[in-house]
Amino acid sequence: MKDFQYAAPTTIQDATSLLTEHGSGARILAGGTDIIVQLREGLREADIVVDIKKIPELSDCQYSDVSGLYLGAAVACCDIYENADLAGRYGALADSTHIIGGWQIQSRASVGGNLCNASPAADTIPALIALNAEAQVTGPAGQRTIAVAAFCKGPGKNALVDGEFVVAIKIPPQSANMGSAYQRFIPRNEMDIAVVGVGSWIELDTVGNIANARLSLGAVAATPLFAEEASQFLVGKEPNDDNFALAAELAKQIVTPITDMRGTAQYRTHLVGVLVKRTLTTALARAQA
Amino acid sequence: MTTATKKIHVTTTVNGESVEFLCEPRNSLLEVLRDTLGLTGCKEGCNNGNCGACTVIINKRPVNSCLVLGVEAEGAEIETVEGIADARGLHPIQDCFLEGAALQCGICTPGFLVSAKALLEKKPGASEETIRFDLSGNLCRCTGYDKIVRAIQEADKQLSASTDDSKTND
Amino acid sequence: MATTPYRVIGTRPVRHDGADKVTGKAVYTADFKLPGLQAGFILRSPHPHAKILSIDTSAAEATAGVSAVVTGADFPNVKNKIAHLGEGSVNLAHLSANCMAKDKVLYKGHAVAAVSATNAHIAEEAAAKIIVEYEMLPSVTDIIEAMATDAPLLHADLFTDDLGLKADTASNVAVHLHFEKGDVATGFEQADVVVEAEFKTATVHQGYIEPHAIVADYNEDGRVRLWTSTQGSFTCRQQTAEILQIGVGDVLVTPCEIGGGFGGKIAVYLEPTAAILSKKSGRPVSIRMPRTDVFEATGPTPASFMRVKVGAKNDGTLLAGEAWIAYDAGAFPSGVIGPGCMCVFSCYDIEHAVVDGYDVCVNKPHTKAYRAPGATQVAFAMEQLMDELAEQLNICPLEIRMKNAVKEGSRRVDGPVYPQIGFVECLEALRDSDHWNSPLEGDNRGRGIAGGFWFGCGLKSSAACSVNADGTINLLEGSTDIGGSRASLAMQLAETLGIESSDINPMVGDTDSVGYTDVTGGSRVTFATGLAAYEAGRDLQSQMKVRAAELWECETSEVSIGDDGTFSGNGKTAGFKDLASQLFSGGAALVGRATVAPECPTNGFGAHIVDVEVDPDTGKVTILRYTVIQDAGKAIHPSYVEGQLQGGAVQGIGWALNEEYFFNDDDQMTNASFLDYRMPTMLDVPMIDTIIVETGNADHPYGVRGVGEPPIIPPPPAIGNAIYNATQTRMRELPMSPPKVWLAMQSSD
Repeated sequence: MKDFQYAAPTTIQDATSLLTEHGSGARILAGGTDIIVQLREGLREADIVVDIKKIPELSDCQYSDVSGLYLGAAVACCDIYENADLAGRYGALADSTHIIGGWQIQSRASVGGNLCNASPAADTIPALIALNAEAQVTGPAGQRTIAVAAFCKGPGKNALVDGEFVVAIKIPPQSANMGSAYQRFIPRNEMDIAVVGVGSWIELDTVGNIANARLSLGAVAATPLFAEEASQFLVGKEPNDDNFALAAELAKQIVTPITDMRGTAQYRTHLVGVLVKRTLTTALARAQA
Repeated sequence: MTTATKKIHVTTTVNGESVEFLCEPRNSLLEVLRDTLGLTGCKEGCNNGNCGACTVIINKRPVNSCLVLGVEAEGAEIETVEGIADARGLHPIQDCFLEGAALQCGICTPGFLVSAKALLEKKPGASEETIRFDLSGNLCRCTGYDKIVRAIQEADKQLSASTDDSKTND
Repeated sequence: MATTPYRVIGTRPVRHDGADKVTGKAVYTADFKLPGLQAGFILRSPHPHAKILSIDTSAAEATAGVSAVVTGADFPNVKNKIAHLGEGSVNLAHLSANCMAKDKVLYKGHAVAAVSATNAHIAEEAAAKIIVEYEMLPSVTDIIEAMATDAPLLHADLFTDDLGLKADTASNVAVHLHFEKGDVATGFEQADVVVEAEFKTATVHQGYIEPHAIVADYNEDGRVRLWTSTQGSFTCRQQTAEILQIGVGDVLVTPCEIGGGFGGKIAVYLEPTAAILSKKSGRPVSIRMPRTDVFEATGPTPASFMRVKVGAKNDGTLLAGEAWIAYDAGAFPSGVIGPGCMCVFSCYDIEHAVVDGYDVCVNKPHTKAYRAPGATQVAFAMEQLMDELAEQLNICPLEIRMKNAVKEGSRRVDGPVYPQIGFVECLEALRDSDHWNSPLEGDNRGRGIAGGFWFGCGLKSSAACSVNADGTINLLEGSTDIGGSRASLAMQLAETLGIESSDINPMVGDTDSVGYTDVTGGSRVTFATGLAAYEAGRDLQSQMKVRAAELWECETSEVSIGDDGTFSGNGKTAGFKDLASQLFSGGAALVGRATVAPECPTNGFGAHIVDVEVDPDTGKVTILRYTVIQDAGKAIHPSYVEGQLQGGAVQGIGWALNEEYFFNDDDQMTNASFLDYRMPTMLDVPMIDTIIVETGNADHPYGVRGVGEPPIIPPPPAIGNAIYNATQTRMRELPMSPPKVWLAMQSSD
């Protein structure tokens, strides 16, 4: 592992200065579960590692019925699924944070880090897309907001420019008629990378039909995808197996998976259909509960 | 290049004792524990967070010490396998591993003990499914896990019995 | 309750090394330090097959903190010479070239240079400055492609050993083996039903959690001292001495605690390199192998391609068998093929059989033993064909196995006639088990069974027991303890002497302190080193008889020893400890010793039952229930016997379902991590039930058979049979991973 410097700023301003000063030579450390491995294995390099966990805004986690969830970028996965209120509201996020690595990883890994790492197979990103989340970003040019659905630009590449970092993730408030779920398919039962991951979110209207839906797909393209057409199809429909199956077929049409050691393109496409139906069923049950 | 970065001074608590050390930013907590502090109980099995042999507890949470930088230990409270037994003897989880033959080669055992202790403290009465889920980040290649799960279940029983006893004694 | 003649054997004491292992005090190689210890790092080839044109180490040598740099040029030339490693043998020139490439690299991960420095980071950075100029060569990783006459050749000087005759053109096929009994053509003619199929299995790794590690000190007195993680300290000593071209007496191997091996820690990888680094640097050197290197450069076990054919009469009696088996040797001739050929029909009495086996070199790491080496691959084929026969004949899978099971007097295809063995007893225990007699209900669920056999060997073992003043014993033995064998050896000695297991302090000696002992492998330690411990105890007792006669003023012949170890003579009696401590204060110290070399195999058989559920949408297989039945001869410490059965079964489950080496189009391994090489986690398996059958073994005083290896064999075919039972889809390729099962289910619809 190549040597680097370490800094742990306590304010957003100090962090921004450090990141601006070092440009692409700076790497952000939150939970460290990706970046430390990447530095060790030479997949990424750093002159300086900037530990952002001491900045209060990045460890903050608050919910309000008006503004929804403010999730500091450095908040660890276990802080989400262990929070019964949050886990109840944001089922897809709880599902995904509970299956990233093992318990030891979940104690450290952050949703912000999982997002910035921009893996096509990241577990939280489809959940965030389904929940219509956006990333609150700060940098030398000030603050801006990026929809999570537009955040990833390719495997390992994100929309941030040098000096920028994600401060928080914001997710719209949830009411009782909404439900969401994330599932992935893996060969083992834990400790694995998604062959395919699917996030589903639905909102029911007063008669129980689907008022709104968002479907998202992971590990089937260079970036996690928002399945817009499949989501739109469900709007106004009865939430039943037939409609879920039709949505699943629409979702399969937008994927461009690769064949690799985790699965063939054919198998991945098939799994999209399976998981769209399964996650919609779970999301529905949660919205009806 | 190899112009050495200045080492950083870190003050932390390991197994209840205040500890100071110097480390390079690139040194993992696992390296620091093993090579600087001589706590070789935590093991390196993969060095990328996929086997759990290096598990330690930081601020009440189990983590892979290979995925923590030594400098991040500043101000933290760390527990390692060396801190599980005390002057009174072995912890029930250690006794149950021995009585239940829950180890063979023993290289994964420290990581399992640390994770299991965290589990027993956080989730007394955990189901078999919960034990298996929460400890899936700890790999064992020798035992097939059967005796490990049973040892954790037995330790849980003993710990809850002793808690009950202490309640009755109040 | 069955009565037992034993006081200690069959009980479950806490193992002697237990406290050290639950407190973190046990010293594994990576935990061992010496003053001035340097850290080594090995530079490895990124290419699967290439000539080394030049290596420029100057920049590495000039790096601050670097103490030595080593390449193949620093290794002595070693002639072609076969060394027996206990379980298997190796050509020393190949072994040396595998430790450090000289002219050619043969697989991605092949060592090309090594650096020692003040710490591992500096060594790694310096190694990155070594410039290796390669000339790329075409590579091959597929067994069948490698057998073709126009395949890229790994070794220009490798000529197929075809039934003892050398071929005249170079080839990747190192060996062709052939075994035959009866008249196969006639056998198949007489058969009413014949089943035949091709099977493939993937390269899998032993997956021990402790990476290879070494501390080497080339001492100023000319001796090389090694602290290492090895299954056999004496074979490690021999290999290192041969590669360094020094005398075995000039090498001292101290085996540290070992974090798993399963056959993969018999050959040396790091020892010679670390020794040469130490010699060049004048400092002790430690090397800890990164996990990636463990996957890419240490012994996985062979992938296979097999075509097997079996014929039977209408009543289920097997008549004829034919097997064509090719195993991937990896970069150098391997030898796992031999036991594969011997095991393919080893569970069943087949009158006419023929087996042809091929050991094929490919551009993959040199394959090594893995728990019952070679047996699991062939069982995957044969035990599924048994079910196919049973289905065609409309016979229960258990019944066809019981009908044809080998027993005392059955002759194996490779010649040996079995003595008393326990396969029938295992099948009977399976028939009577709760698992077999519990109905399996639910959609997409199936049950499968399979049998398995492993020889279990004797080889050489030594032990010495010295008496302490209080009559307790220090037991010094030479078998490195990977899974609790110190306890099983101490228990046998305790039983012999009439004392408690806790009265004995067992210790694994280094190669200077204990008599020659072969590897911890071949399921041999509790059997053969147990026999040594027993004989050492007997030796001690006979010495004590002489001394007791002096003490009690009678003839030695008048002193007798009871079943409980009590000495009697001339109207006096004394228990072992009592007498031992009396003798201690009254004369010379007492040391019993023994060295043994039993030549007999211990013939371990097992049978497994598994229930699975197959997700019809994804092809994913869930293990619902699992039972291992195995003949242990006699279980010394039943908990550790159960542990062997459970651990072996879960390794077999991993092999069956998800473990495999993936290679990209450039023949580079792509999943060299515990993340992507998917060994079972705790969440992937249920409790593993065990039934220990005890049929005894006339070749051992307490009836021990080796138990370690057989349990890995039946899981792949048992699971294959269960998948078929659940889905009517027959899987002929390992692993039976979700994409493959799903695809197979599509095509069988």
